[in-house]
Amino acid sequence: MVVAFAIIRMKDLFAVVMLLGIYGLLSASFFVAMDAVDVAFTEAAVGAGISTLLMLVVIAITGRKEKANRHKPLPALLIVLITGGLLVYGTLDMPHFGAADAPIHNHVAPRYIDDSMAEVGVPNIVTSVLASYRAFDTFGEVVVIFTAGIGVLTLLSVARRKEDDEEATAINDSMHEQHLVIRIVAKILIPFILLFALYVQFHGDFGPGGGFQAGVIFAAAIILYTMLFGLNTARKVINQTFIQLIAAIGVLLYGSVGIVSLMNGGNFFDYNVLASDPIAGQHLGILLIEWGVGCTVASIMIVIFFNFAGRRELYQHNQVPQNQEPS
Amino acid sequence: MIAHLPILQVILPLMAAPLCLMLKRPQLVWVFALIASGLAFVVSVLLLQQVMTTGVISYELGGWQAPWGIEYRIDKLNAFLLLIISGISTIVLVAAQTSIEKEIPKDKHVYFYVLYLLSLTGMLGIVATGDAFNVFVFLEVSSLSAYALIAMGQKRQALWASYQYLIMGTIGATFILIGIGLMYQMTGTLNMYDLSQRLPEVAQTRTVFAAFAFVVVGVCLKLAMFPLHLWLPNAYTYAPSIVTAFFAATATKVAVYLLIRFTFSVFGVSFSFTTIPLETLFMALGLVGIFVASTSAIFQSNVKRLFAFSSIAQIGYMIVGFSLTTVTGLTATLLHLFNHALMKGAIFLALAAVIYRVGSVELTNLRGLGRQMPLTMAAIVIGGLSLIGVPLTVGFVSKWYLLIALIEEGLWPVAVLILLGSMLAVVYVWRIVEVAYFKEPLDKNVIVKEAPLSFLIPIWALVIANIYFGIDTRLSVQVAEAAAQSLFGGAL
Repeated sequence: MVVAFAIIRMKDLFAVVMLLGIYGLLSASFFVAMDAVDVAFTEAAVGAGISTLLMLVVIAITGRKEKANRHKPLPALLIVLITGGLLVYGTLDMPHFGAADAPIHNHVAPRYIDDSMAEVGVPNIVTSVLASYRAFDTFGEVVVIFTAGIGVLTLLSVARRKEDDEEATAINDSMHEQHLVIRIVAKILIPFILLFALYVQFHGDFGPGGGFQAGVIFAAAIILYTMLFGLNTARKVINQTFIQLIAAIGVLLYGSVGIVSLMNGGNFFDYNVLASDPIAGQHLGILLIEWGVGCTVASIMIVIFFNFAGRRELYQHNQVPQNQEPS
Repeated sequence: MIAHLPILQVILPLMAAPLCLMLKRPQLVWVFALIASGLAFVVSVLLLQQVMTTGVISYELGGWQAPWGIEYRIDKLNAFLLLIISGISTIVLVAAQTSIEKEIPKDKHVYFYVLYLLSLTGMLGIVATGDAFNVFVFLEVSSLSAYALIAMGQKRQALWASYQYLIMGTIGATFILIGIGLMYQMTGTLNMYDLSQRLPEVAQTRTVFAAFAFVVVGVCLKLAMFPLHLWLPNAYTYAPSIVTAFFAATATKVAVYLLIRFTFSVFGVSFSFTTIPLETLFMALGLVGIFVASTSAIFQSNVKRLFAFSSIAQIGYMIVGFSLTTVTGLTATLLHLFNHALMKGAIFLALAAVIYRVGSVELTNLRGLGRQMPLTMAAIVIGGLSLIGVPLTVGFVSKWYLLIALIEEGLWPVAVLILLGSMLAVVYVWRIVEVAYFKEPLDKNVIVKEAPLSFLIPIWALVIANIYFGIDTRLSVQVAEAAAQSLFGGAL
């Protein structure tokens, strides 16, 4: 609460972004306290990690201070108050937190808790709900991320000219030479981050984790590399078309698991028919779709970062000649 | 394969979208997208046939039984909607290639088709599903792609319009999500049918009231219902013309569907309309919406904007029909859904053709176009007549049913107001006719020719549909009536 209030009052956007990171981390620990470890994992990686980063890049483009604003929107305040009031009003009749007789614990959930081991064969119930019982929702989420990535691409992608690249590299080299210590530490760390991402990817069946978290962590490693060694060096390794392809393949991989199960005579996303033994089928299905999720999430995160950062470089590039003219 | 039709409906355009990204050549991608959308249309026709003969189809995703897994539940109502959406999408796509050539830079064409297909997927997904949370997921797919598509507009204002829509749309979606969350908390289920069974038990709690309020307000934001319509005119005006044609004919329809689905099926008629004075509120807002929006339409100089306001007014008619909570009233709403998709599809496609030839749809630029682009302008006029509700067009059919529904309830004053509202439509349509047919063309527009065939074919397909369904009302009325009856016949 305190942090959220500070965020609203603060005029310095840089501090606001930092506070938002803290806010993300706090809510992540809040989720841990509520035993939602998987959600906490995602929130820590996305809310406190990647989104803070993206906002920093945006600030680098737009400038640090908020414009002074004397306009006090009273009707807006009124609407917010009514909505908030309604929310509080709604909570009055809610079942108590953690009450054993609350409807959520007595209708759908018991089957997930009691039978998922026998039906899906995965110890982590969250994974079995996400990836099997409600696999189609998760598929939808992946498509949402894919859509967001394509949306960013459409709006931000700029046609790059070759000559600019050379010059930009020169600027970058001088800029990034400075952080020698960080660069060396990062070089040591990045392989481990990538390894950890893979661990999270495969371990999703047993502990907290899975494709979403793994994808974000993987992307974070690449982004760290990009920040320290420059966009162009990173682009040499991973170019835009390639990454788009991976994103598309992720969605297709997820979807084709469903289509294969159609072909084998089951319903869409019915993993039981994927192998002769239903449990083995479930395992195979979950493994494949988690890969699909991981691919799409990682590549879309990288695409979004590349395009924001690319914009920034283009902007700086354009600004240099402008500054020189008056002198 | 017949048993898998419900899922194929959504999965076809969905899988086609990433494949488009791999094809690279815009021409190829266009053909591919067209095929995907066309197949979705075929599937929707088959589905409607199946539903009309055998009743509700339920499809269990992942083979998990309904409240545990996600269920696709196709009844007459959403089969009808699926048909409208995939049909319009296919027709509009025919003209897409030519139209975006001039409006969107070449290197973004592939992305355009990908987003278009994703948007189509989202809308089909919202309509087909029988699971409340799944609705939200696909709502996100369709909204995110919509924001990006609108932002692709030529002018810089498109970005602002898209941003406005993004804020309003996100608030709407969040409200819907809060509502769904509260419902889940009270019932422990997300399946719509299951919800409708379990909600009455807890109907008298404040949490359920709050859930209802959040869902309805959220949907009304998406719907652009009168006081919450502010995002719509800008979004429609500055979006690429093809996008406007697609959204004007489908997007708000999906929101109307959600409104009907949640109030009638999930919360149930008795809860939605007896415990809460929703009818009176909606009736009033619908009527005010008709008048305010029609009057604003009269004073617009940009024709796209003019018809955007007219769309808000048409939503008002649907809301009035909805607020009657009778079978005839709902039939009128559903009919108008279908008919309005046909008229606005035709009109906005014709405007896309005008932009293709003239480059602008400011009213002054339309001068004398009646002679230079006779077929295109005729399409706008027929679409306009249909908006007014002239006999032999579809607009007449739905207005007629709406009037009958009002008179059945003894609401004469409202019926008179509806007729007056139509008179306002006469005014704004006449302004266009006057400029297009009775003024000399501008000097720079003398060379303008008739639109190319790739425009004329889809435009006239829609115009002919406008007249055909105005005369032979069997199909549309039968389906709409059956769907309305099924909503009153108890649960889903």
